[in-house]
Amino acid sequence: MMSDGKKIATREAYGNALAEFGETQPRLVVLDADLAAATKTGVFQKKFPDRHIDCGIAEANMMGIAAGLSLTGMIPVASTFAMFAAGRAFEQVRNSIGYPHLNVKIGATHAGITVGEDGATHQCNEDIALMRTIPGMTILNPSDAVEARACVKAALEMTGPVYMRFGRAAVPVINDGPDYRFRIGKGQILKEGTDVTIVATGLLVSSALEAAQKLEAEGICAEVINICTIKPLDVDLIVQSARKTKRVVTAEEHSVIGGLGGAVCEALSENEPVPVYRIGIRDVFGESGSASALLKKYRLDADGVLEQVREFVK
Amino acid sequence: MDNAELMRHANDVRKGILTAVHGAKAGHPGGSLSAADLFTYLYFEEMNIDPKNPDKEDRDRFVLSKGHTAPGLYAALAYRGYFPVEDLPTLRHLGSYLQGHPCLQHVPGVDMSSGSLGQGISAAVGMALGARMSGQHFRVYTLLGDGELQEGQVWEAAMFAGHRKLDNLVVIVDNNGLQIDGNIDDVCSPNPIDKKFEAFRFHVIDLKDGNDMQQIRDAFSQAAAVRGKPTAIIAHTLKGKGVSFMEGKAQWHGKAPNDEEYEAAMAELERIGEA
Repeated sequence: MMSDGKKIATREAYGNALAEFGETQPRLVVLDADLAAATKTGVFQKKFPDRHIDCGIAEANMMGIAAGLSLTGMIPVASTFAMFAAGRAFEQVRNSIGYPHLNVKIGATHAGITVGEDGATHQCNEDIALMRTIPGMTILNPSDAVEARACVKAALEMTGPVYMRFGRAAVPVINDGPDYRFRIGKGQILKEGTDVTIVATGLLVSSALEAAQKLEAEGICAEVINICTIKPLDVDLIVQSARKTKRVVTAEEHSVIGGLGGAVCEALSENEPVPVYRIGIRDVFGESGSASALLKKYRLDADGVLEQVREFVK
Repeated sequence: MDNAELMRHANDVRKGILTAVHGAKAGHPGGSLSAADLFTYLYFEEMNIDPKNPDKEDRDRFVLSKGHTAPGLYAALAYRGYFPVEDLPTLRHLGSYLQGHPCLQHVPGVDMSSGSLGQGISAAVGMALGARMSGQHFRVYTLLGDGELQEGQVWEAAMFAGHRKLDNLVVIVDNNGLQIDGNIDDVCSPNPIDKKFEAFRFHVIDLKDGNDMQQIRDAFSQAAAVRGKPTAIIAHTLKGKGVSFMEGKAQWHGKAPNDEEYEAAMAELERIGEA
């Protein structure tokens, strides 16, 4: 499954994908709020300077500009850090994009704890929870560079608002196999198992896969599901797996409140109530540190997932 | 259309506002009435629109950034032929398409959902930018309240529009001087409004009487000739204009007339209409 240890940040794949699809989609406009270098939309800017709009440090206005642009037939992608896209501009996204259900794509980079050294003010562990509450919002959280490109492509091909979540840190490429297919709303079983289901999203997918392989040696056969589309959630896939394994662990680089863990609990409690353990940021703010040190401390690396699954199934 | 005819339409729009708000038993008559002449001029004279084809691509756009004055917009749209005038009293009722604040998806002729103050102007700026980027020639108008200028997003949008020299954008401020909590100068003064827009690189037009049709005409004619910068029209208006007991009174910002008040207001407008 995992290839030669290649690591790429999903934000980088995002920027490259915009530059790639800008060729075939002349109505694609990329907006940024003074962070083009960091969000990697600078790649697009270089190639299509006339279709890159730097709004300055004014995210609320940027979301409104994107809304207005979409009403003239353009396909705007509004880009900034997750903290500002989903946090600061929440109400603009809700009222100016979500309520009129406009064809605006939001590219939120630097999501989660792996923002690293910048610390808690910039580590957004709440964006999925916020975006999930907006009716009609599609939420995509890719696990690697391959999936990030697929997300951008699918988002541009569909009509309606989409929130895409990307990370700062380089993460292993796991979806470069020949049988990888991406469809919005469809999860993927990456490893079949019988004892416990690990439903993972974003960079936790590679942690979960690695943990599942190690658990195998201990006699625990874990099923690993990659949920890239957090909304609409692939409820059928998760329910079927839960019916088989009777125990579910969710794993995400996000608060355990309201994100994938929340979504899976909601779906299972209504359809297939089984015990669930949520791996994620456990209702605390983050802190400064390297991405890898933070993943270790907050038990989101492969060892952290391994230990927590082991404790749960014991 | 001459001024007398526009004034007759404005009088109808005022009646529509009262009928809608009375039917809803709630809503915002004060700021709808202050802007009634502006709504009328825009929809009956200024804008390139077609009520039979509300979505025609090259139409001029209007965003009601002060979305709570939806009754004013709806009345203008109804009398202009976008939907039946008889539907106005269904405003704010369950099941009616006439939502309490403008809704893009449900109301014919509404170009953008709005109501959360400060957001409409950004969308209007985005439309003006989109027109330029896609080589379309329509113009974009947006109406703001003077109280709304307290929202920081207004100035983010103004900074962007000035910086981008969006001369297809006209921002109109309904400067009636009153907001829910009282006089704008007592609550948190946005004055001087003209100087602020000038500082944000707008061409500013001081519309001394925003309830006078000829002066409104002159202001929009001037705006049409502006090149290289966006225009802000600061329209000095009277809140509640046209209904004597509502005029200049903050308490009529967001209150519906009872049956008796409604009859009195309508009678007053009938008399103006006949004069």
